[in-house]
Amino acid sequence: MSGQGSASRQDRSPVTDADVCVIGAGPAGALVADHLAGAQDVVVLEAGPRFDPGDRVERQERAIRPAFDRPDVWEMGGERDDHAASGEWFYPLNHARVKGVGGSTLHWQGMVMRLHEEDFASGSERGVGPDWPIDYADLQPYYADAETELGVSGADDNPFAPPREQPHPNPAFPPSYSDSMFADACDELGIAMHSVPNARNSEPFDGRSECVGYGTCQPVCPSGAKYDGTVHVERAESQGATVIDRARVERLAHDAEAIEAAVYTTPDGTEHRQEADAFVLACGGVETPRLLLMSDSEQYPGGLANSSGLVGRYFMDHLFAGVGGVLDEPTRQNHVGFLTSESHQFYDEADEEVGPFKLEFFNYAGPSPVELALTGDDWGDDLLDRLQSEYGNHVAVGALVEQLPREDSYVGLDPERTDDRGNPVPDVHWTVGDRALRTIQRANGIQRSILQELGAEITWTVGPDDTGPAYHHMGTTRMGTDPASSVVDPACRTHDLANCWIAGSSVFPTGGAMNPTLTIAALALRVADAVDAALE
Amino acid sequence: MELSRRDAVAALAALGLGGGAAAMYTRRDGGDDGDPQSGTEDEEIDVRDDHAERVAVAAAEVLYPSQVTGVEQFVTEFLGPRLNQDGHGDGIREAVGIVGDRAQRWYGAEFDALDPDRRDQLLREMGVDTADEAPDGTDAERVRYYLVNDLLLALYASPTGGELVGIENPQGHPGGTDSYQRGPP
Repeated sequence: MSGQGSASRQDRSPVTDADVCVIGAGPAGALVADHLAGAQDVVVLEAGPRFDPGDRVERQERAIRPAFDRPDVWEMGGERDDHAASGEWFYPLNHARVKGVGGSTLHWQGMVMRLHEEDFASGSERGVGPDWPIDYADLQPYYADAETELGVSGADDNPFAPPREQPHPNPAFPPSYSDSMFADACDELGIAMHSVPNARNSEPFDGRSECVGYGTCQPVCPSGAKYDGTVHVERAESQGATVIDRARVERLAHDAEAIEAAVYTTPDGTEHRQEADAFVLACGGVETPRLLLMSDSEQYPGGLANSSGLVGRYFMDHLFAGVGGVLDEPTRQNHVGFLTSESHQFYDEADEEVGPFKLEFFNYAGPSPVELALTGDDWGDDLLDRLQSEYGNHVAVGALVEQLPREDSYVGLDPERTDDRGNPVPDVHWTVGDRALRTIQRANGIQRSILQELGAEITWTVGPDDTGPAYHHMGTTRMGTDPASSVVDPACRTHDLANCWIAGSSVFPTGGAMNPTLTIAALALRVADAVDAALE
Repeated sequence: MELSRRDAVAALAALGLGGGAAAMYTRRDGGDDGDPQSGTEDEEIDVRDDHAERVAVAAAEVLYPSQVTGVEQFVTEFLGPRLNQDGHGDGIREAVGIVGDRAQRWYGAEFDALDPDRRDQLLREMGVDTADEAPDGTDAERVRYYLVNDLLLALYASPTGGELVGIENPQGHPGGTDSYQRGPP
């Protein structure tokens, strides 16, 4: 197994007369490339390899076996991916990101919900944080398109969701057995549950399989039922786009007004210059600011597109809160690796003191018997006794919590350490504010009440003291109207450079508490429209 | 509870060896290729794989719970394609060699000729029970990875192995999206 698919383009030389150069072949870059291909000559530069889809089941074995850590599944780690974490909160950057065609959607959970209307107006509506320079209505048609592109399986049963204009492309996955147990408890407490929009096929869709229940969604879906960015990369290529894998962009050559070329190196160490009329940076919330900061010059000594001084600033993630326990009856966990029920009931109660959060009802609480069987010092009847004892009666309610943007939470360049190419490694200096911690406490309180109503013995809590990130990198090239306080304009074009757009969650002024990828996809489609219009 | 051919196929599928890979594995006795040429490298490998299968079956008889039947057929069906897998097959053969060497040195017999209690004792004396699996680790860690955990993974990622624990669709098995919706059987 190696990160070299059979379809890899061996010639990694630049494309002549390219209209658009997209940097990064994750979901944002893939959607931009697909949307523009055909009308424009598009080249995509991807730092990582093109993985062979035939290797996915072997990657699943890595996900299950204890010999491998999570980054091993998609070959992350080593000097190429070295990083620092100088903040008060350690940030395990490589745990859930992937460098390769498809990007981190190869690894992701696949939950795709729209931000709520108030998320776009946090300052106005909640009294804290900035407003976005666009509102929900601006993004709504792109949300609908994004749901179609990703083949979202969902239902219109969420009374707290923002207005919709059309059904999801696929029906929602039915609730789980344990959802029905939670429903009784939530009914008693007056908490409404609803379905989860999933970017995995509940029915065959777009030439891809329906979900067949491998149960290892995160970090790998062997069946391809879970959407990933390779879908749109391949579609873009079928329309004439060129994708160059293992092309590591190390700086953006520029003059005062525009980017001239993306300077990249190939595995043999050769340096190339990819010129284009327009550039779209789609490298995620860490590598996009890193590339801009590495592209400093006499003209831009603080880094490219950084006249505000805010490139890399306002790094945000979602925080996890959770409570788990056991019942004295079977709860049927770990049959699948995705969620089927949530509650957004408390989301829009957010204010200055407590942020938005959503509740998630787990279908994979407690240990997976397969993974459990590969650890421990027993086998035979003793092992089976242990598996039967430890599996089967767990329940858990999780939550995602908003973190506000803070200038002292940032992605910078580590002055001391370099990667295998001699470039400074990213330093994720993550700082979490008190509002997020209060929100976790609030979520924990509701989670405890649900489990107590269910009659569960509570066995663990992830609270303010031991919370961790959801690996949603946001905020580091924020969107705004004022060039002094933002990096990109409302169309996601950099204030400083006329031919440079940024697609991805780095433009989020605030993060809300919804998984970000549907919003990333909607913004990517909007960026594609803007680039197309600019090139006409 | 009897392990079936379906269980072996499911275990192989969970490891990327379903369909074509499983079908491509042909045994010299009864396989499409017939008998190997005498004295060839193929014959040497076949002899080693016969030995590997016997050792793996003998190990599984210790590693699997007593209520499981059909172990020999299950292990044989599973192990064949696994031995053909690039890199991994050699790891299994090496692990089998380590176990066989210890059995000869400590108990003067082939591993599969030892009685089950002695096999269990041997693996524990080697430290395999307390070792973390590691494909490039110590002898005990490699035996844990290539032999013990391979066999446990095969069993507990199969439908019958899952049912023993109370889950019809264990992780790694593409058992569909019905069982998660159902209550206990």
